[in-house]
Amino acid sequence: MVAKLGIKELRKGLLKGEFTVREIVESYFERIERLNPRINAFITVSRDMAIEQALKFDENPHSIREKPLGGVPIAIKDCLCTQGIKTTCGSKILQNFVPPYDATCVKRLKEAGAIIVGKTNMDEFAMGSSTEHSAFGPTRNPWDIERVPGGSSGGSAAAVASGMVPVALGTDTGGSIRQPASFCGIVGLKPTYGRVSRYGLVAFASSLDQVGPMGKRVDDVAMLLQIIAGRDDFDATSVSIAVDKYCDNLNDRINDMVIGIPKEYFSHKIDPEIQQAIEEAIGIFESIGVKTVQVSLPHTDYGVAAYYIIAPAEASSNLERYDGVKYGLRSNPDKADLTEMYLKTRAEGFGPEVKRRIMLGTYVLSAGYYEAYYKKASQVRALIKQDFDLAFKKCDALITPVTPSPPFKIGEKVDDPLEMYLNDIFTLPASLAGVPGISIPYKLNSSGIPVGFQLIGPHFQESTLLKLAKAFHREIEYNPEIPEL
Amino acid sequence: MNYEAVIGLEVHIQLLTNTKMFCGCSTKFGMPPNTNVCPICLGMPGVLPVPNKKAIEFAIRLALATNCTISPVNQFARKNYFYPDLPKNYQISQYELPIAENGWLEIETKNGARKIGIVRIHMEEDAGKLIHDENKPLSYVDFNRAGVPLLEIVSQPDIRTPEEATSYLKTLRDIVVYLDICDGNMEEGSFRCDANISVRPIGQKELGVKTELKNINSFKNIQKALEFEIRRQTALLERGEEVIQETRLWDPAKGITVGMRTKEEAHDYRYFPDPDLVPIAIDKSWIEEIEKTLPELPGPKRKRFVQQYKLPEYDAEVLTSDKNLANFFEEVVSLFPKPKMVSNWIMSELLRKLNEEGCSISDSTISASNLAELLELIDDQTISGKIAKSVFEEMYETGKRASTIVEEKGLKQVTDADFLEKVVSEVIKENPKEVEKYLKGAEKVIGFFVGQVMKKTQGKANPRLVNELLRNKLKEIKNDSV
Repeated sequence: MVAKLGIKELRKGLLKGEFTVREIVESYFERIERLNPRINAFITVSRDMAIEQALKFDENPHSIREKPLGGVPIAIKDCLCTQGIKTTCGSKILQNFVPPYDATCVKRLKEAGAIIVGKTNMDEFAMGSSTEHSAFGPTRNPWDIERVPGGSSGGSAAAVASGMVPVALGTDTGGSIRQPASFCGIVGLKPTYGRVSRYGLVAFASSLDQVGPMGKRVDDVAMLLQIIAGRDDFDATSVSIAVDKYCDNLNDRINDMVIGIPKEYFSHKIDPEIQQAIEEAIGIFESIGVKTVQVSLPHTDYGVAAYYIIAPAEASSNLERYDGVKYGLRSNPDKADLTEMYLKTRAEGFGPEVKRRIMLGTYVLSAGYYEAYYKKASQVRALIKQDFDLAFKKCDALITPVTPSPPFKIGEKVDDPLEMYLNDIFTLPASLAGVPGISIPYKLNSSGIPVGFQLIGPHFQESTLLKLAKAFHREIEYNPEIPEL
Repeated sequence: MNYEAVIGLEVHIQLLTNTKMFCGCSTKFGMPPNTNVCPICLGMPGVLPVPNKKAIEFAIRLALATNCTISPVNQFARKNYFYPDLPKNYQISQYELPIAENGWLEIETKNGARKIGIVRIHMEEDAGKLIHDENKPLSYVDFNRAGVPLLEIVSQPDIRTPEEATSYLKTLRDIVVYLDICDGNMEEGSFRCDANISVRPIGQKELGVKTELKNINSFKNIQKALEFEIRRQTALLERGEEVIQETRLWDPAKGITVGMRTKEEAHDYRYFPDPDLVPIAIDKSWIEEIEKTLPELPGPKRKRFVQQYKLPEYDAEVLTSDKNLANFFEEVVSLFPKPKMVSNWIMSELLRKLNEEGCSISDSTISASNLAELLELIDDQTISGKIAKSVFEEMYETGKRASTIVEEKGLKQVTDADFLEKVVSEVIKENPKEVEKYLKGAEKVIGFFVGQVMKKTQGKANPRLVNELLRNKLKEIKNDSV
C-alpha cells in the first residue's frame, strides 16, 4: 500500500489523519522485512529509533504540520554519518563504526522531520558502479534480481524503486546517484559541487563527491534538495549562493528553454533501446515547446581517463586514516609491530576494488609521476569544464544517455574493472565539471527494465533540471510503477 | 685545508590562537590527554577542515615583520605519511603556494649586522604526541596537540657559523614574541628548530652534501649540535670520506648526532592540493589593516633607544629584549626624563630582583610611575642613593609608593646646614685622636668622620654637604693650630 506513495501523498494522509506516523513507518518496515532479504538494499535498519521518533510525532500531531518533512521515512546511504547509527561505508574496515555526529545533510533532514529507517548498501567507499563491491554482499535490481541496481548508491536506488522507503539520499562522485537511479527507474539528482555540504560524507574523492536526493518523483527530489542545499560553515567548499525555491518553481513554464544535444555523447555504441528512448524524449520535449540544438563537448572522451587519475589520487589520501589506530577494524599482527598492524588491518579491512584504487592513486601522486598524471588530469578537467561553459552559452540543459547499456548481470563485469569504468562514461564529465545532472526515468524496455535519460545543467541551475524533468513527466503522465516482488 | 659550514634553518612555531587550525578545539597546553579533541581533529570519517582566520592573520604579521612577499593566493596541500600521531595520516600543510616567500632578517654577528634570507613561510597543523609504555611494546596517543596551528619558517642557507645560527634563532624568537603570535618557548616545543648543514672547503662554490639535524630543543643545543656536526663532517672530508645525505638526531645527553634515515629511506610525501580547502586569496586591504597593528620590532626599537635616549648599545639590547620591559622603560622615562639613570636602575636593581624571584616585568610589584617617583626623590636630594636602595627593597616587598615609605620611616635626607654643622662639631669634639691623625696629614680619616655623622643622623644626612662641612671645619682647626 505504502510502496507507491510520494512525499506529498504521504504527508496529505498524515495530516488528514488517515494513518499515523507509526503506522506508516511500520508498514515500510514490514516491506523491508519482506523484501530486503532478496534485494539487500539495507546494511542497517534503525527500527527502534524510527519508531521512537514516529511516536513523538503521533503524540503531538501538530509537529507533523510544522516540519516540512514531518513523518516522512527516508533511507540514507551508508557513507553519510548518522549519530548513533552504524555507518560502514560498505566496508569491513568500518563495520562497527558508530559516528558521534550527523552529516550536515542528515542533520538538516532530521530537523525537517524526516525519519531515518536505515542505511543503504553501497560499493565499498562508493567505489563502483554496481554495488557488487560491498563488504555486505551485492544489492539486487528490483526489476530483475539477476541484474545489478547500479552503483555506488545501488542500495538507495533499489530501496526506493522497490517501495521499501519513499525517498533516499545517495552520493555521486562520478555517476553514483544518476546511474543507479537510471538502472532502477527512479529520479536521482547530483547537485552542483558545493551546493550541498559534504560534512559527514565519508570522503571518496573530495573534489567530486556530492550528496543528492533520490525518489520516485521529481517533486520528492525537489523537496529533499530544498532541505539539504545551502552553505554550511563546516564545509569550506560549500557555497553561499542563495538556494532556489525548487518546489515553488517546479511547475514554471519551460517553453522558452533550449536543450542541447551533445554529439560526442551519441557517437559511442549505445544500446538501441536507450538510443530510441532518448530520441523519443527529445520529440516529447519539442512537442511541449522546448527547442533543441546540436552542441559539441570535444573533450568528453578524456573524461574517463582524467577521472580515474583524480578520483583514485584523492581517495588514496582520504583513506589513509583507516589504519586501526583510532576507530574501525584493527587486525592483530603476528608480531607487535606498528607497520605490521597497519598492513594487516588494511589488507583485511579493504576489498579488492578499494585496494586497486588506492594503489592507482598512490602511484599517480608519487614523486616523478605527479606532473605526468595528476597535473595533466587536472588540466584535462579544466578543459572539460570549459566545454560545458561554452555549451551552456547555447542552451539551458544538455540531454544525454545515463549509461551506454542497460543494467548488466550480477558478476558480469566484476572481474573486468575497465569495462566497469566505461559504464560511467556519460556521467563522469558532469562530475569533473562540477555541474548538476539528473537521471529521469521514462519507461520500461522490452525486457521490462527501466530506461531513462540524463539532463545536465549549468552550475547552480538545479531548478532548470527539475522543471524540465517535471514538465516531461507531466507530459507523458508519468506514474511510477513498483516492480512485482 | 680550511672548511666553512653552510647552514639553513627550518623553524616551526606554535601559534597563540585560542582554537586549532581547522576546528574549534582549544589549544590550551597541559590538559589531560585527549580532552581538547573533536571528530575533526581526530580525523574521523567524513569530517572537513575549515581554516582558522586568526592563524592566517598571524602568518601575515610574521610575513610583514620578516620582509616577505605575501602571495595573493595561497593553498593548503596534503603531506601524506603514516604515523600514529597523525590522525588522518596526512598533515595539512602548504607546498606549491605558501602564504609568503622571499624575505630576510637582520641579525647581529661579531662582524656586525648580516641579512639572512628567508625562503618561505607556510601554515600547517601540528601532530599529536605518542607516549610509549616502557615495559610493553605498546604506545598511547594524545591528540590534544593535533591540529594546533604552526608556521614553518625556512631560511636560505646563508648562515655560516653556529653563533650566527643562534643569533638568527634569537632574533626570530624575539620577533614572534613581540608580534604576540608565539610564546617562543623552546623547551615546551612551541618554538622548534631543524637544521640543514653541510661543509665545504673555503673558496669552493658548490655546496657539500648536507645532513638534516632534528630534535634540537634549546639555544644551547643548537650551538652544540651544529659544532658537533661541523666537526664530524669536516673530519670525514679530511679523511677523504664522503658525507651521506641523511636525517640525524641530536642526542643532548651524549652530545652527538646519530643517523636516523638516509635519503633512500626518505618519505615520498605525495603532496597535492587539499581538495577540502579552497585556495585563500589575501587582498591588499587586509594586509594594510594588519600592517597598521604591527608593533615596533626589536631591531628598530633597539636602534631607536640608542639614538633617542643616548643609551649604550648594551643597555638598549637588554631593555628591548622584552617588549614589556621596553614599554616599562619608556613609561618611566616619560615621567622622569633622565634615560641613563632610569636604565641603570632597571638593569641593576629591578632586573636583579625580578631574576631572583624568577619573574618577568609584567609581574613587577613596582609600577613605572612608582619607580619614576623614587628616582625623582633621589634626583631632588630628598633621599640619598643609599637610602633609595633600601626604599626600593621595601617598595618591591610591599608595593607601596616611594614617598609613602620615605614619609613613614622619616627617611628624608637632612640638608639643614646649621643642624649638620652642629653634628660635625660634636663628632670632631668626641674624636680628638682622629683629629690628631688628620693634622698629621692623614686625609683619609675624613671617611671616618663622614661615617660618624651618618651614624648620628641614621644615614639621612646629605653626604655631599657633610663632606663639605667636615673639610671646612677641619681646615679651620688646622689653620688655628699653626
